This record gives sequence, C-alpha cells and structure tokens, in this order.
Amino acid sequence: MIVSPRHALSVWKRNFALYRRTWKLNLLPNFFEPILYLVSMGIGVGAYIQEMGGTSYVAFIAPGLVAVAAMNGASFEVTYNAFVRMNFDKTYESMLTTPIQPEDVLAGEVLWAMSRATIYGGCFLLVIAAMGLVSPGRALIALPLVPLTGLLFAAIGIAFSLRIPNIDLFSFYFTLFLMPLFLFSDVFFPLQERLSGVWLYVAEALPLLHPVRLMRAAFAGHASAMVFWDLAYIAALALALLLVAARITRRRLMG
Amino acid sequence: MIVECQHVTKRFEGRVVVDDLELEVSAGECFGLLGPNGAGKTTTLKMIYGVTAPSEGSIRVFGVDVVRDPRTVRKRLGVTLQENALMEVLSPVDNLRVFGRYHLLSESEIESRIEYLLDFLELRSHADLPVQALSGGFQRRLSIALSLMNQPELLILDEPTTGLDPAVRLSLWSRVGELRAQGTTVLLTTHYMEEAERLCDRLVILAEGRVLVEGAPKELIRRHLARDALEIEQDPVRHGPVMAALPGVKTQQAGRRLMLYADDGAALLQAAERAGADHAGLHLRPTNLEDVFLALTGTGLEGGA
Repeated sequence: MIVSPRHALSVWKRNFALYRRTWKLNLLPNFFEPILYLVSMGIGVGAYIQEMGGTSYVAFIAPGLVAVAAMNGASFEVTYNAFVRMNFDKTYESMLTTPIQPEDVLAGEVLWAMSRATIYGGCFLLVIAAMGLVSPGRALIALPLVPLTGLLFAAIGIAFSLRIPNIDLFSFYFTLFLMPLFLFSDVFFPLQERLSGVWLYVAEALPLLHPVRLMRAAFAGHASAMVFWDLAYIAALALALLLVAARITRRRLMG
Repeated sequence: MIVECQHVTKRFEGRVVVDDLELEVSAGECFGLLGPNGAGKTTTLKMIYGVTAPSEGSIRVFGVDVVRDPRTVRKRLGVTLQENALMEVLSPVDNLRVFGRYHLLSESEIESRIEYLLDFLELRSHADLPVQALSGGFQRRLSIALSLMNQPELLILDEPTTGLDPAVRLSLWSRVGELRAQGTTVLLTTHYMEEAERLCDRLVILAEGRVLVEGAPKELIRRHLARDALEIEQDPVRHGPVMAALPGVKTQQAGRRLMLYADDGAALLQAAERAGADHAGLHLRPTNLEDVFLALTGTGLEGGA
C-alpha cells in the first residue's frame, strides 16, 4: 500500500491538535535543556578552555547542541508517545476505522516527529543566533538540517518502538543509546582527534555524528566532501529503517 | 447487498477464530452478530471493515473487495469500537474535527457535520469541555458521533451499550432507530439479548467461530422453542415429575431452573401447577433469544448459566 499524503497529514493534524493544547507544558523543558548545556558546558567549562576547533568553546558546542535538540524532540515523540498511542490509547486502532492505512499512520507520525524536532532545534537555533554564536545567514543554512536530524531519529526510534513489548524498555533506549550518542558524537570535543586507526571508521557508525558534522559545516560556512557521506548516511539509514518500520506497522496494526 | 461474506475463515496462530462464515447484510437492514465472548464477533467485524484479512474466503462490502480496496470501503462506513478511543484532553468538538480530517472532509463540511451531530447525539451541553471530564454515557455517545462524521451508509457498532446504564442504552437504541429511518444499514455485535431483539431485523448466533442459526429474532424463537416460557425455580428433584406429567412440551434445565415452552403460556402455567411444580418458583414470560441460545448450545450467553 502506498502512502496517501493527505491521510498522513490528517494523522499529523491529530498530533498537532493535541500539541496545541499542551505545548506550554511540553515546550518549556525541552527548550531549556540545550540552553542549560550551553550555559554550563559552554560558559562554565568553556572559561577554562582557550579555544577548541579554532573557536571559543561555547561556539564549538553550539552546532552540536542544535542537532541534539532535534534528536531529543523527535525521539520522545516516536518512543513514549507513539507507544502509548499504539498500545494504550487505541489511537491507531481508531484511525484504521477510517480510510487511513498503516503506512499513512507511520508517515504522519514521522512527519510529526520531524516537526517536533524542528520546533526544539529551531527555537534553540534562534537563541544562539540571538547570542551571536551564528550569523543569521548561516543559521538559515543550518535550519533544514534540523528536520533532517529529526527524520533520522524518528526512523531509529519508531523502528525500536515497534519491536519492543514493554514501555519500560525505553529507559534502555534513552540511557544506553541516546545518552552515549550525545556524549561521544563530536558535540563536546572533536571526536576524530581523539581516535586513530580503525576506530576512526568505527565511529562513523554513530548516527548523531553525521548531523553534528553537517551542522558544524553549516555554522562554519565551509564544507568538505564529507557532507556527501554524511547526507548519504542519514538518507540511507532513515530509508532502510522506515521500510522495515512500514512492514512491522502493517503487521502490528492489522493482526 | 451491503455486506457479503463467502466461506470466510480466520486463523490466528493456528487457532480457528472464524470458521467458514457465510453472511449477507442487505441495504437498510439492522443485522446482529450475537454470541458469547470469544465467539469471533469482533474478528468478523474487523474483517468486514478491512483491518484484518481473512485467511480464506472473500468479503465484499458495497460490492467492493475489502481486502483489495479498504480505503474505498472505509470511506463509506463508520465503526464504533468496543472500547472508546478518544483524545481525553480535547473537547468533543475537537475530537470530531480530528476525525473529520481522517476522512478528508473539508473544514466547512466538518463544521456543519459537527453542528448536526452535537444535536443528534445530545453532546451540545458539554461540547467544549475536555472529554476526560465527561461521563461514560457521554463518552460513548461521542464515540458513536465520531463514527458518523462521514455520513456512513453502513454503521458498524461493536457492543455499543456494554457497561452503560439503562437510560443511556434506551436513548442510544432510539438514535439507531433514527439512523435506520434515514436509510443507514447497521451491523452490530452484542451479548444483550434484549438489545438484539429490539434492534435487529436479522441476526446470527455465533459460537466458537461458527454460525449456529440465522434469522429474525421472532422467527428464531418460534422455530426453536415457542412463544411463552415458564420458568420454574425449585429443588431439581422435582423437575422429573413435572416433565413426566407434561409430555411433548419443550424443556430445558439450568441448575435449579427448569424452563418449559409453549405457545399458550396460561395453559402451560396451569398444567405445570397440576403437575406439582413449586408455586413460589413459577415465572411466566415471553421466550427470548437467551432461551434460544441456551437451547442451541447448552450454555448461557454470559457464560455458565
């Protein structure tokens, strides 16, 4: 079954209608999270660091934190929220009494996760542009990378959510997957400079590394051929996981 | 024909849930699927609206093969699920809006449909409060309103009144009556016999995935038993002599209760008294589908009669 864009959009609108009611509760904690890191690490720890990667420490970590905000925005949506909608609230069951098909549900959810990523990543981008850590022009170049990061982590998260039998398993996802990504994906220190030999290649498997590197290139205003590899990695992994997710979604929703 | 099921079988992990089902629902009819929990009622509905594919056989709804083209079929029908699936922090109006969008209705169609349904299902008084603040009966009416957003030609109700108080149940029955007067075909499951007798033109009784009988409620009662039922509640040792004194009368037994069936209830009552039935335990009533079900399966609908 092919995705019907209008039906997928109606799924998106459902989530948006709910979000409009609760956005103040949802937005504030997520909004402050990257700012807290920026202040603590960038300004606090940064006071002891002359420079990193050719800039101040706070300017070094800013692009990575935009990608992290996007990652977190998308991840919550496709993990806890999607799991509840599927298993407890019977949301998908009720959608499937209308012309909506499982693939539309998946597409709508991923689109929504990308929107959430854009809200958080975009807000944070605005904050650091206001702080003068990135020029408005380069912030605009960085902006499309925010939903792209959202897409990647929506795909990873939904593929995980569809396979787990129990909501408690998400703590593994957040603590043992997203947290290490956050700490070791070039956000806080230049990863490549701390690695050598085969580890340089192994590190390329880290999903967050690619959006961070792209974001850094956009902030710096110059890119190497590496951006093609980063973009290809994101596109390929997202596509592969979404195809798997589409199959599982159909099986789960149409028992 | 609105619904046609031919030789439909559904297996889940090797277990047969629906077994060679034949079923036809014609336009304007109210058709009931009756049976105890686990009889295959909900699975049958799910196959009809195309969310579960049959393992064997074919299902056509509005003449369309529902496995091949579920979107076309679902555009024209509405389903009220057994359990409400509402967005609890949103108001009834917002819930209806979201559902209208699932059907790709235009915003103006949505608003006019909402106006109509708020009155039709008496939702207007609490139309803007969060759903979680509303009573069970109100939430149920909203669930039914959701399934009417697209003006369905076929309305599927999965146990519409389970767990509701009698007043709400009565009002929902009358709404179903009004929908039928407007030409809507209704397909429902229930395990309330009274509901089936009141609403259904025709019904099937299912047990373990198989159709036991099919027909109009009155006709099923006539065919299998008789018009009146006499219940005798007494010490079971007294059942034997009563039955012996009334040869040719259809009877069935459920624990302390003995049921006798005849078209002339008054005469049956007198005969039973003469035969030595316990006066205090006599109760004459019209025969109902519960009796038919008991006669067919030897068990009650709600298990262990």
